[in-house]
This record gives sequence, C-alpha cells and structure tokens, in this order.
Amino acid sequence: MPAAPIIHLAHLGKRYETRAGAVPVLKDVNLEIGPAEFVAIMGPSGSGKSTLMSILGCLDAPSDGTYVLEGHDVGVLSRDQLADLRNRVIGFVFQGFNLLARANLLDNVALPLVYAGVATSERRLRARHMLERVGLGRYRASLPDQISGGQQQRVAIARALVNHPRLILADEPTGNLDTRTSQEIMGLFRQLNADEGITVVLVTHDGDVAAHAKRLVHLVDGRVAHDGPLLRRVAGGRPS
Amino acid sequence: MMIGPMLSEARQAMGANRLRTFLTMLGTMIGVGAVIVMLAVGQGAQDLVDRAIASMGRNLLVVLAGSPTANGVRLGTGNVPTLTVADAQALEELSTVGAAAPILPGAAQIVYGAKNWGTSVLGTTPRFLDVRSWPLSAGSPFDDSDVRGATRVALLGQTVVKKLFGDEDPVGKTVRIGRSPYVVRGVLSVKGQTVDGREQDDAVLIPVTTAQRKLFGGQFEGSVRFLVARAASAEAMPAAERDMTRLLRQRHRLAEGVDNDFTIRNLTTLVNTAAETTRTMSLMLGAIASISLLVGGIGIMNIMLVSVSERTREIGIRCAVGARAGDIRLQFLLEALALSLVGCLLGVFLGAGGALLVSTVVRTAVVVTLGSILMAFLVAAGVGIFFGFYPANKAALLKPMDALRYQ
Repeated sequence: MPAAPIIHLAHLGKRYETRAGAVPVLKDVNLEIGPAEFVAIMGPSGSGKSTLMSILGCLDAPSDGTYVLEGHDVGVLSRDQLADLRNRVIGFVFQGFNLLARANLLDNVALPLVYAGVATSERRLRARHMLERVGLGRYRASLPDQISGGQQQRVAIARALVNHPRLILADEPTGNLDTRTSQEIMGLFRQLNADEGITVVLVTHDGDVAAHAKRLVHLVDGRVAHDGPLLRRVAGGRPS
Repeated sequence: MMIGPMLSEARQAMGANRLRTFLTMLGTMIGVGAVIVMLAVGQGAQDLVDRAIASMGRNLLVVLAGSPTANGVRLGTGNVPTLTVADAQALEELSTVGAAAPILPGAAQIVYGAKNWGTSVLGTTPRFLDVRSWPLSAGSPFDDSDVRGATRVALLGQTVVKKLFGDEDPVGKTVRIGRSPYVVRGVLSVKGQTVDGREQDDAVLIPVTTAQRKLFGGQFEGSVRFLVARAASAEAMPAAERDMTRLLRQRHRLAEGVDNDFTIRNLTTLVNTAAETTRTMSLMLGAIASISLLVGGIGIMNIMLVSVSERTREIGIRCAVGARAGDIRLQFLLEALALSLVGCLLGVFLGAGGALLVSTVVRTAVVVTLGSILMAFLVAAGVGIFFGFYPANKAALLKPMDALRYQ
C-alpha cells in the first residue's frame, strides 16, 4: 500500500445517545485506504456500514478515535472546513440519487461548483462536459423526474465527479436499480478507478456489486470482521 | 459565495408553489399598499395646504364687515357697511400688521374689441398685491394717486387676458368695464385656485374709489365689503388679530359690552384644520400598515419555517456537496427577502392604485412620491431580513447527516 493513505481510521468508535443510554454502532474500527483503491464495504443491516460511510464523508463526527482524510485530522476541523473538504476532496453517490428535483440536470451537476466559487461560464462548461461523459449531454435541460433511475444515478455520478475529487463515496449506489443498470453503473465506477486513479469506497449488501471492487471490508456488529483483497470477480456469489 | 445561482434558486423555490407564495406575500403587499396610500394622502394634504397658503398669501387675516346686533337680531357678516378704506389705512399703522387693503367686490361684463367676458371686479388699493403676495407678470400696478383720483385703470387676471386678448399684449390697451373705458395698466401673474376651488385668475383689479363711485355706484358711500391684512409674521398672527380688533372697535366707537360690527378670520388656521382631518386619516392608515407589515412578516416567517422543513433533504444534499452553513443561511434569507420585496413591489402598485382611487372618490389630492416608495422597500427589506433570519438560521444549523436522512 502507498505511503500516504487517503483515509486513515484509528480506533474509531461511534455511539448514539438514546433515552435508553448510549448505543454503540462502531467499535474500534481501524482502516487505511490508499490512493486508487476500490473498496467495497459489506455487512448485514445494523452492522454500522452506513454510519461508517457518513463519518468517512465528514457528514457525521466519530465519538472516539481519529479520522485522517488526506492528511487532515477531521476531528479538529470546523464545520465550514468540513464543508470545504466535502466540496473539494469527496464526491458522494447515494442510493436515492439525491438530485434537486426543481433544478435541471446541468444545474444539478454544477451544484458543487457553486459552492466552490467557480464562475458561471466555467461552471456551465465543466458541468456540460461531465454530463456528456456519462452520456447524458443532450438531456442537460431536463428535470430529474423526466429521466430513468439509471440515468439519474449517472447524473449523480457526474455531480460527484465535477469538482475533481480524489475520493468517491457510494452508499448503496445500485440499491434502486435493476441488474443490468447496476452493471452499467458499476462499470462506470471501475472505469473511473482504473483510468483516473480515483479512490472508490462503496457500501453494498449485494455480492455481485461488491465483486467489482478490488478489496472487501466486512463489517459485523460495528467491527471490521474481514479485510482483504478481492482477486477474482464473481468469487463466491454473495458473501453476506 | 455566489449570489447569482442563489437568486435563481430563490426564483425557482417561489415559482414551485405559486399560490402559497402569493398568499405569503399578501401581508407585505397590503402593508406596503397602505403605507403608500398613507404617505400619498398625507403628502397630498400637505401640498394642498402649502399651495393654498402660498396662493392666499402668508399670514393672511380677513376682516369681514357685519355681525352687528340690531335689537338682538344678529345679521351675519357682510351685510352692513361698517368697514372703510380708511380702516385699511389705519390697520397698516399697527406694528403687528405688515400690510392691509380694502376690497369692494362685484361682477361686471368686460369687453375688448368683439370679445366680452363676465368676471369679478375687485376694487382695492395697490397694497392688495403686497397682502396677497401676488406680483404682476407684465406692466405696472396702479398707485395711490389713481386711488385718490378714482381713475379708470385696471389690472387683469390671467384668465381674463386669455379670454379677451389671446396672444395679444393687453398692457396699454383700453377695455370697457360696464359702460366706461379702462386702460389696462398691468397683468397679474398666475395664481391658481383657492382651497375651495375658486378660480382666482378670473378677476380684474381696479382702484377702490373707482369701484365705489363709478362702477358699482354704492348705496353706502365709502364703505367696502372686507379688508385683507397680512400679519408681520406667522408668530405675530394672534397679536395682529388682537390689535386689529382693538383698533377697529375704537375707530367704530363701539362701547364696552357691544358686539363687534366686524369679524376677523384667520384663513391659515382654517386651512390647517382641514388638513388635520386628512392627517388623522393618514395616521390611521399608518397603523393599519404597521400591523399588516407585522402580520405579513410573521406570515413570511411561518412559510419559511415550513419551507425549511419541507426542504430538509435538499439542505442535506447541498451540505453533502460542500455548502457551508453561511451558504444555506444566505439562500433562505434571500428567499425571505425575495418574498418581502416582491410583495412590496406588488404593494407599491396596489398602493398607487389605491391612492388613485382615494383621489377620485374622496376628491383629495394624493401625491405618490419616490421617497415613499423607497421607504416602503426599505421597510419591506427590513421585514424580510428580520422575519427570515430565524428560519434561515434554523436551516443553516441542521446537521448534514440528519438533513440527508430526513424523510
């Protein structure tokens, strides 16, 4: 593994405070993910994979331990610094696509650039280029509900890529898609990972989807139960 | 921080639910409309007073003949010939009086060439122009020697000039008033209407003695209908009224306990009283406006809170792609501001329309000033920011994770 990891988790823990007391969700998670890795995180429901994803995406703060993202100790950063980190370093892809319903596809893709302070003409140009790259250039004036789910997810990927992040975090990206479309989306991730060296971290419960990754992290009950390379695709059907 | 995209997002958000947007703006709209009408009516009243006072002449006091008591029957003013030209001259001796002139009014037909025109003729002295602050636009006034000699000279009002002369210069021409020829000495400048709508330019001035002896004849030799006097200053008005009363009582040899045989009216006070009523009305409108703006502001706050909770997920998405708390706050603040400002714009139209309606129905002058519109926009912007801040801040303080997971 290369010397400078993108993600470094040390003794990471996360508890949720409820009326019944503290409920631990993540316990002593140690994880290091380097540049250009393609990692699938799997695990049963309630194993903490979504929580881990939120913490990796700087959307939620860990209760214990440290998280270093690209050399920044996330625990000491301010809210606005975290926002900037999400803007510059991370691209999110969600299960529910999470596009803005009222904005057209071009504006949706351009959204991160608005918060990056990119000028209008350049914003348009880059968003258009990115939409063309995911094969949806001619739909740029359409609204999200006018295209299919697979197309919406491609728009979401274009949005995730538009500010040239080094890390893509995908939370069940194919959860709402049929098998064929899922394969297309996963092909897109593989291509990004292989051609551009973008680190992809993927949460899924689907073994066929996870099989596209190069490394598998298995979470059980808030702990890393297994962490190792996935050498051959379609290795064993459904690991979960 | 990019205002441009935020503005277009605000437009989208407002356009997404037009009825709701309109209803939200209604409060601001009515409030601003009321503010505009209020200021228009108030300004109209003030202008009217200013114009009326300016056209009347400042600090004007009018002495009307009459109101004597004859065997317990009070006859009202103007019926008894108690005032004289000499009374006017005597009033001018008072230190509190700047100038005074007698007036003997009447009506006569005036003829020039083939044209004729019926107008009111005022017999007076040269001091009249001073009392009424009424300069000439051409020619020269008649003087005291004309009054002493009762010469046939005249000063024409603008309307009379228009009716008889058209574009011709009347100065030095001879006109016929009644049966006798008069030489036109000068032309009065434009004066406009009085408060009660009388046309002041439709008049001819001649020496008072000429009017008494040669035009109207006169059952009461030497008397005039009323006197006009200008107090030395606005502050001196009450003192002038007191001094004039004392002097006239003395000159008319009225014993202690006998009623005045004249009445002094302070016209400025009358006009101001009329304006006071209008101002009260505009104050009431002001109260409605403030309450409506307050309610409108609360409406905006309410809808913005609904909007924030409806769009929690959108806020989460924006946070995920890198929006700072300040970006979110500004976006919602801009939306609240847009609601109040667009409401204000509609309110300005509503108010202008309302002011027009008031002016036609109540027949008062209304003046919509640019200043009042600017003020309305400032107030509306204040309302938008004040009532938009809490919802916007609430949106900005949402935790990204919670917002994104919100269903």
